[in-house]
Amino acid sequence: MTVTSALSQSGAYVVYALLVGVGLFVLVDEDDLVKKVVGLNLFQTGVFLFFITAAFRTGGRAPLVSAAGPYVNPLPHVLILTAIVVGVSVTAVALALVVRLSDAHGTFSEREIRAKREGPTVPEEPQP
Amino acid sequence: MTPSDLLPLLVALPLVGAVAPFVLGATRRGRVVTAGILTAQVALALAVTVVVATSGPVWTVVGGLPAAVGIALVVDPVSSVFVVLVAVASWLLYVTVRTDATGPTDSLWLLFTAGLTGMTVTADVFNLYVFLEISGLAAYALVASRRGTRAALAALHYLLVGTVGATLYLLGVGYLYVATGTLAMADLRTALPAVGYDSPLVVAAFVLIAVGLGVKLALFPLHAWKPDAYAASALDVSALLATLGSTVPGYALVRLVFDVFTGSFLAAVPLAEVGLLAAGLVSVAAGGYLTFRQTDVRRFLAYSSILQFGLVVVGVALATPAAVTAALVLLVANAVAKGGLYVAVGLFDREFGATTVADYARLARDAPVVAVGVACAFASLVGLPPTVGFAGKWYLALAAVETRAWLVAGVVLLSTLVSLAYAGRVVERLFLAPEPVAVGSAPVVTDGGEAASEAKPASGTAVSPAFRRRATGVVVVSAVALVGLGLGSTALAEWVAPVVEGWL
Repeated sequence: MTVTSALSQSGAYVVYALLVGVGLFVLVDEDDLVKKVVGLNLFQTGVFLFFITAAFRTGGRAPLVSAAGPYVNPLPHVLILTAIVVGVSVTAVALALVVRLSDAHGTFSEREIRAKREGPTVPEEPQP
Repeated sequence: MTPSDLLPLLVALPLVGAVAPFVLGATRRGRVVTAGILTAQVALALAVTVVVATSGPVWTVVGGLPAAVGIALVVDPVSSVFVVLVAVASWLLYVTVRTDATGPTDSLWLLFTAGLTGMTVTADVFNLYVFLEISGLAAYALVASRRGTRAALAALHYLLVGTVGATLYLLGVGYLYVATGTLAMADLRTALPAVGYDSPLVVAAFVLIAVGLGVKLALFPLHAWKPDAYAASALDVSALLATLGSTVPGYALVRLVFDVFTGSFLAAVPLAEVGLLAAGLVSVAAGGYLTFRQTDVRRFLAYSSILQFGLVVVGVALATPAAVTAALVLLVANAVAKGGLYVAVGLFDREFGATTVADYARLARDAPVVAVGVACAFASLVGLPPTVGFAGKWYLALAAVETRAWLVAGVVLLSTLVSLAYAGRVVERLFLAPEPVAVGSAPVVTDGGEAASEAKPASGTAVSPAFRRRATGVVVVSAVALVGLGLGSTALAEWVAPVVEGWL
């Protein structure tokens, strides 16, 4: 393995870790529901990148049927195609729910939606 | 047709059948076809179980591919229990309490069944992820199918948390694949010792998979989605989710820990075992506390699930045959009890507008049969003989004493006392409350979530007598099943014993 390809592969792992971290942070920290969904997407994309990087092989070619090797490992690519479909479906359902919420409340902000729903705060004391 | 041809059908029937209600729409024909598909699913599940009983585990690889590259499906005694549970619960709840359905949401009901059945029969860790997400997506949409934005917000919350859990599981699968180059459970089992159980890749994979499934199980710090989702969904959906939604991921955790990582992994990496044990014990303690201070009955039951699944994880962590049997028995016990309880709670809600514990005062006078059923279900959750909940706790306590885990034995005992306290509160209200309190007078305590305040129906909303009869029937069936399984718990333990002993 040459130095450059080793660097590019470890570089991909760094990007994977960044995407997962940033995605989770956005998901947890962001108040805007659409941005939350985008954070979820970043998180999932980071995981996809991890699979693709793991399949990488120095000097490997696209996994198509022909006599000459070497190929990159085709199996993770197939798995990730499935996972991307799942990710798209999750995003679609999430955005549909966000649309329903914003239609009813006129905002994408989770804090505002909860505030509008709850009205006066509920006491946190246990009941006797 | 050989018995192993039945396995792909178990998944394919509800998956392909899910198109039917969508095409037929909210017509009588659509409902009849859906009920027919679910009935056929029950017949298939029972047929597979009969084959397992007579000639051992059934095994097939989809598409006739070699096992190393294909997707294997297996039903052994342990998974057959959950195949039957999924099919029967889904069928029973559909034909009895499902009322306000439209065509497309019946499709979701079938997809949910297909996803869960897939999780129980698959022998491939990536395939498990796909089925986890199919059932997850169907569950999010089912929660959202109730009118009003409270359900939509709960469903979105559930979706965000659930997807993070499933994606962490996928990441764990990726680490396993990098470590071993295979995704089939049988190959992983033999490949992992060759890599070394204490290899960072394997340990990281274990942690990610356990945390990912922990989200689906709603173990303590990962539980926040559950009370909202269960309290905001329609009554039939909450009954279905409470019966199966976390039970099957619980089965998947047992299967992955013992069939893929094996008991030797837990022995070689003590930290993994301690981590599981701590997660379970914390869930038991936190679940007990949160249940105890809860007043809204649906949220109350959701918190009690956190305690129950904590006990299951404790059973997994102890990793002796008795403890694993306890985990499996507790999963079944919780599913049957929660199904009956959520149907009863839904009936009380619709008929009397009762949603909090205080509202339940003297309801036993108006609905004596349901009240007795509720008392039976609570007896099982507490662990009183002769219910199946008692059998589960008995095995767990036995395993704790055998392994000299006194702390665990103490916590199991304490959990029983706490459960007795909170279950006693509801049962006392139902049967012995001094005088009826005005409905809806008690404020709802929440755990950072949202209070149930939307569209509370006026007391005594019209419930058709036929619906009341059917719902009462489900509660009675669940109570009878709890006692029956309790009396037959030795048979249940013997049924799973060959597999459990093979694991350990």
